[in-house]
Amino acid sequence: MEYIPNKEIIAKRIARIFKTGEVVNLGIGLPTMVEKYIAPDINIVLQSENGIMGLGPAPAKGSEDRDITDAGGSPASIRAGGCFFASSVSFSIIRGGHVDYTVLGVLEVDQDGNLANYKVPGKMVPGMGGAMDLTIGARVVIAATLHFLPSGASRLKRHCTLPLTAVHQVNIIVTD
Amino acid sequence: MIVKPIISAADAAGRIKEGNTIMIGGFLGCGAPHTIILALKEKGTKNLTLICNDTAIHNFKTGQVSGVGHLVKNKMFRKIIASHIGTNQETQRQMNAGETEVELVPQGTLAEQIRSGGAGLGGFLTPTGIGTEIATGKKIIMVEHNSFLLELPITADVALIKAKKADKAGNLVFNGTARNFNPVMAAAAALVIAEVEEIVEIGEIDPNEVQTPSIFIDFLVKAEQLE
Repeated sequence: MEYIPNKEIIAKRIARIFKTGEVVNLGIGLPTMVEKYIAPDINIVLQSENGIMGLGPAPAKGSEDRDITDAGGSPASIRAGGCFFASSVSFSIIRGGHVDYTVLGVLEVDQDGNLANYKVPGKMVPGMGGAMDLTIGARVVIAATLHFLPSGASRLKRHCTLPLTAVHQVNIIVTD
Repeated sequence: MIVKPIISAADAAGRIKEGNTIMIGGFLGCGAPHTIILALKEKGTKNLTLICNDTAIHNFKTGQVSGVGHLVKNKMFRKIIASHIGTNQETQRQMNAGETEVELVPQGTLAEQIRSGGAGLGGFLTPTGIGTEIATGKKIIMVEHNSFLLELPITADVALIKAKKADKAGNLVFNGTARNFNPVMAAAAALVIAEVEEIVEIGEIDPNEVQTPSIFIDFLVKAEQLE
């Protein structure tokens, strides 16, 4: 059977997990897609590690503010009642257990809840950014991932082979 | 209150000496002191160690270079300490080619190491990185049956930070997510230079709204380049 990658189905399923009042941090890439599928009657608070509680949607073209960006550096907005803070405060919030869910992208994830998503030694080394703190600190860690690499190899492993971002921290894997 | 000298970006850049360790505020270029960064690029000071959240942008495909990416492109760093280099292909190239040493640090750990450096602490205990490569060579300390890594403070010779507004004493107000690493860096370097968009008279900023106290700031530079 041919495998057709389906990111939408992953984003839609994750969006159904959250309840009103919960604090959620969405990673870059596939996790960012989750926001548009959250039901209108569910009122969650999005945290962004670069210093926002109450992250809003991307602003319309022409009304961007260079001083308001998301953790991917893209123009962002803030919702009424939201606030800005310094990175040190942001990670006190994250490590301190004040974030309910973190949704992160995956290079490999395994049966023991290990996650690798920050480097392929000698090749692609983007760095962990806030991912190590988020996986340690968030109440629930959701790994959002396409099941297969373009090569046909599974991203879901018995044991991760790449350097780990998180050890025994993943609670839920959502895949297609 | 003591009035802080307002200096040119070139003067600020000239205070950074070869071999210095420098902290630069900003998160993917948002809240970075772009005017001083460009002046430093002109100076071309070599053999520096950079402490920065990330190395901003250098995209080989589009040719786009932003923020500290200009300094990386100019090969001014011996070592880079950052949490993320994924948007700068040149940083990754220099690292893989062995031209520049890159130490990747979890973002929360980096923020807290800088905070500790400025706050007179001998380090802190964090659960972040336990069981990963980050823990290699670090002391693990048990507190009430939980394991923590001992992470040490970091300081710098010079911190280059950016704020929206300063009074002439150096009290700072930030804007939006441009705050990021700037407040912790203000306390953690021997020499601190703040680039600001607006400089007002002492007394014009409500003391309740000051986000970084003036005593951390040595010099002010008027921002001319905002991105």
